[in-house]
Amino acid sequence: MFQEVISNSIRFVVAIALQVFILNELRLGGYINPWFYVYFILMLPLQTPGWLLLSLGFITGIIIDAFSNTYGMHTIATLFIAFCRPGVLKFLSPREGYEFGARPTIDFFGIPWFFAYSGILVLLHHTLLFYIEVFRLSEFFYTLLRVILSSLSTLILLFLAQYLAFRKKE
Amino acid sequence: MKNVLIFIWRYYFFFLFLILEGFSVGLLVDNNEYHESGYYSKLSEQTARIQDGYDQFFEYFRLKSINQQLAYENSGLRSDLKQSYFLYKKADQITVNDTVYRQQYVYIPAKAINNSTGKRNNFITLNRGLLHGIKPDMAVVNGEGIVGIVKDVSPNFSSVISFLNKKCSISAKIKNGDYFGTCYWEGGNPKEAMLNDIPSHAEVHIGDTIITSSYSKLFPEGITVGIIQSFDLKPGNNFYDIKIRLNTNFQRVTYVYVVRNMMKAEQENLEAVGQKEEEQ
Repeated sequence: MFQEVISNSIRFVVAIALQVFILNELRLGGYINPWFYVYFILMLPLQTPGWLLLSLGFITGIIIDAFSNTYGMHTIATLFIAFCRPGVLKFLSPREGYEFGARPTIDFFGIPWFFAYSGILVLLHHTLLFYIEVFRLSEFFYTLLRVILSSLSTLILLFLAQYLAFRKKE
Repeated sequence: MKNVLIFIWRYYFFFLFLILEGFSVGLLVDNNEYHESGYYSKLSEQTARIQDGYDQFFEYFRLKSINQQLAYENSGLRSDLKQSYFLYKKADQITVNDTVYRQQYVYIPAKAINNSTGKRNNFITLNRGLLHGIKPDMAVVNGEGIVGIVKDVSPNFSSVISFLNKKCSISAKIKNGDYFGTCYWEGGNPKEAMLNDIPSHAEVHIGDTIITSSYSKLFPEGITVGIIQSFDLKPGNNFYDIKIRLNTNFQRVTYVYVVRNMMKAEQENLEAVGQKEEEQ
């Protein structure tokens, strides 16, 4: 329990620092903005209680908002995926249910499961975020392209993080 | 009553989500107003402090290009000096009394400590704030041209709406011409912008310089915006669609000047009086 709190706190700080100090500084021509910080929400333990999940989503969003001078955008999007996460987990649950102590990683559930899990949540997050930012329909397809390319870049980073952080224990 | 409480308790996850999401939507909607106090500005003051420290470390790697920019700007200023002009007619020489020229614009130097160009709505954070005389709605320029408009101010930092933002449009005109139009960014390429409302009978050439017009209350007249890259006059349309190449390199904005218009209040008061009379 205690170990879980420590490792999640470290992940929280690292994900936000990586986002704010490195990824936000990348200038990739306007189409690709990876929002890697959702990694923290995705990696929370499966048994995280609802109130904690929502509060953490809210806090993460508001910190990213404060760093990128946007008001509320990231908070809305991050809170929304925190809200959707239990539903997505239920939708993707294996036939016999989740065993105790399992974590939403490639190690436990394999690549297709993780791809579906992170893919759905990242796509929801980015769609909400980019359309709130633009807030008009005239740039619909341009924004859609940005959502798709950015989601792909975020997913690539999520997979990289998985392989770097959770190597199979022998 | 008890049943209601049980109902809320059972679906507390959903209700908690609604409350928090409502709060964040409130933040988003409030975006148009200035937050000079409150918890949120305290939080952004702290994040700006962290970014300032981070930026100071990486500034060393950019010193070369900053120097180049400064030298370029200095050469421009030097050529504007009185000594650089050749006096044509000796007889017409007038001693300039200081009371003739009253200073209208004051430039406050500042440094950009956070900047983005990749989003649809970009912002820049400056390391100067209320304590240094910066207030909302001041123009921000650098040696190359326009940069943006101050939006929020905290004691030590200020947040600037970059020109690369949906909310920023600037009154601009063609240099050596009288027609003025509105200049704004369409998103996408941070080096290109659009200029609208130039009437079809105006003379437009590729390569013409676009500068800020005197109609802007925030920007001094004559700040460079960019040069005309291409223009198009659709049949039946009375106005040109002009694409301009921005002079400011937004990806490298570092040292900027915040422009304080000392006569802005006077002009606004006068205009407000006129509007009030019209309403009556």
